[in-house]
Amino acid sequence: MPTEARACTASELLCVMSARLLENGQVIFAGVGIPLLAATLAQRLHAPGLTILFEGGTIGPHIVPGQLPPTTNEQRCTRRANMLVSTTEVLLLLQRGYVDVGFMGGAQIDRYGNLNSSFIGPADDPQVRLPGTGGGNDIASLAKMIVAMPQEKRRFVERVDFVTSPGFLRGGASRRDAGLISGGMYKVVTDLALLGFEEETGRMKVEALHPGVTPAQVQANTGFELPVGPGVGFTEPPAAEELAALRRLDPDRVYTA
Amino acid sequence: MSQPYLELRRRTQSRDRSLREKVMSLEEACRFVRDGDHVALGGSTASRTPMAMIWALIRAGKKDLTVSRSIVSTEGDLLFASGASRHILTSWFSQGIVWGVSRVMRGFTESKRAVFEEWSHLSIGLRYRAGAMGVPFLPMRSMMGSDVAARLKDLREMDCPFTGEKLLLVPALNPDVALIHVQRCDPYGNAQIDGLLFMDVDIAMAANRVILTTERIVSNDQIRRAPDQTKIPFFAVEAVVEAPYGCAPHECFGAYEPLFPHMDYYAELTRKNPEAGAKEYLDRFYYGPKSWTEYLNLVGLEPLLDATRRGRSIYAD
Repeated sequence: MPTEARACTASELLCVMSARLLENGQVIFAGVGIPLLAATLAQRLHAPGLTILFEGGTIGPHIVPGQLPPTTNEQRCTRRANMLVSTTEVLLLLQRGYVDVGFMGGAQIDRYGNLNSSFIGPADDPQVRLPGTGGGNDIASLAKMIVAMPQEKRRFVERVDFVTSPGFLRGGASRRDAGLISGGMYKVVTDLALLGFEEETGRMKVEALHPGVTPAQVQANTGFELPVGPGVGFTEPPAAEELAALRRLDPDRVYTA
Repeated sequence: MSQPYLELRRRTQSRDRSLREKVMSLEEACRFVRDGDHVALGGSTASRTPMAMIWALIRAGKKDLTVSRSIVSTEGDLLFASGASRHILTSWFSQGIVWGVSRVMRGFTESKRAVFEEWSHLSIGLRYRAGAMGVPFLPMRSMMGSDVAARLKDLREMDCPFTGEKLLLVPALNPDVALIHVQRCDPYGNAQIDGLLFMDVDIAMAANRVILTTERIVSNDQIRRAPDQTKIPFFAVEAVVEAPYGCAPHECFGAYEPLFPHMDYYAELTRKNPEAGAKEYLDRFYYGPKSWTEYLNLVGLEPLLDATRRGRSIYAD
């Protein structure tokens, strides 16, 4: 394993691997934290024409290194943006079809890419009431989705306690049949692997392992069967210039510690 | 057959929509909120929260309010803890991502003493918009198939009569009262908003009454020099209250950023013993001071000036 990869944190790995998935010219609906950082990194590295949207109503903000906004609704999000609109208008851009990728973090995900950020335990009598969907449900309903999250057994479960943001629901055609005819889960980026979804079944699959990660490690950190197929290779380790650009964006390591 | 649309129009028609001065105190404006009302809040999370008016309503002992907002932060904790509301409709409810899950929200909802009714962010926006449009519902394409939708009673699905596509219908929301904080307005209630609008214009136009709080009251002449900046028309407004730093400890675009030390203090206070912490906070900052100015005095000049410096920096680029 090259020194750069070993020298970076799990969050940095998530940022670099996610940034690589974003393409020049795309319009990205980003949450704060790693999604915003990764989208900004992609802008700096290979996608200068990538546009970021924030849920609060910001189109094309200019992110200042070291001053990443802590929520998508604060004035810091608006600095030198191209346009400010209402929250409803910016969310309607998803429905109108202007958004290429929705990019979020996740608390709990299942094998069909459904995300839960509402309840731990049964919804009528939960062990923990979580903060809820925000715009997550709308983004996951209407856009191609990238989710960045650490891979842990308690986060990668057979079936989420509550479908806050829909992935492929119960697999097969169930998402389309529910009325969600656009968007859907595209990639899940973890600290262990790059994951995708089988087209027919909507089941999660391993597309590539990060350098030095074993199939057994992936399975040990996943609450459902997630085999690594015969042709699956490795991702390229983070390059020195990728990590340097990332560290310039978050010099205080607020999001990449 | 009920005729909610005609009732909505009748209520609107019965409002005094003349160009008249309506400046009053926070305490006087409380009379526009009745126990049991649906109160919609402008702003989102820690931005342009109508904190001064919420402060006044809690002090006035209002009860059984149903409160809605796009995203709810610390004001939701205080509405629960004070007993002013036991039912909050929103898409996300916690102080803010950096402070983690609200223990106060958890305590009240997990013990079933209060309800957090969760809708998707867009669905709340379209409910206010339908209310502002004077139509009973709007169709949308998200939320279908999720458990968020499965838990909500006021939803219908339909096949589009033109295309046959499946759509979700969300009902109009016409709040009894909207509380909105703005940077400036005139004595009639012509309100100008800088920065992010969130859902405020739809909320104002959907509501049956609007209470405006404002950083400062300006002349009608000044409003007329830039009418394109006016976002809420005077005839939708019942009350105008001048409340400088009316969002503190939250932010008001271009004027002040959040008072982070105060937000950290609140988070710490409610971490170990959430309800006792919230009660202590209410006693100290809500029931203790005699006026909004005294509240700001307690919050402290140093964090206010620091937040102001950061807030105004948006215009320094």
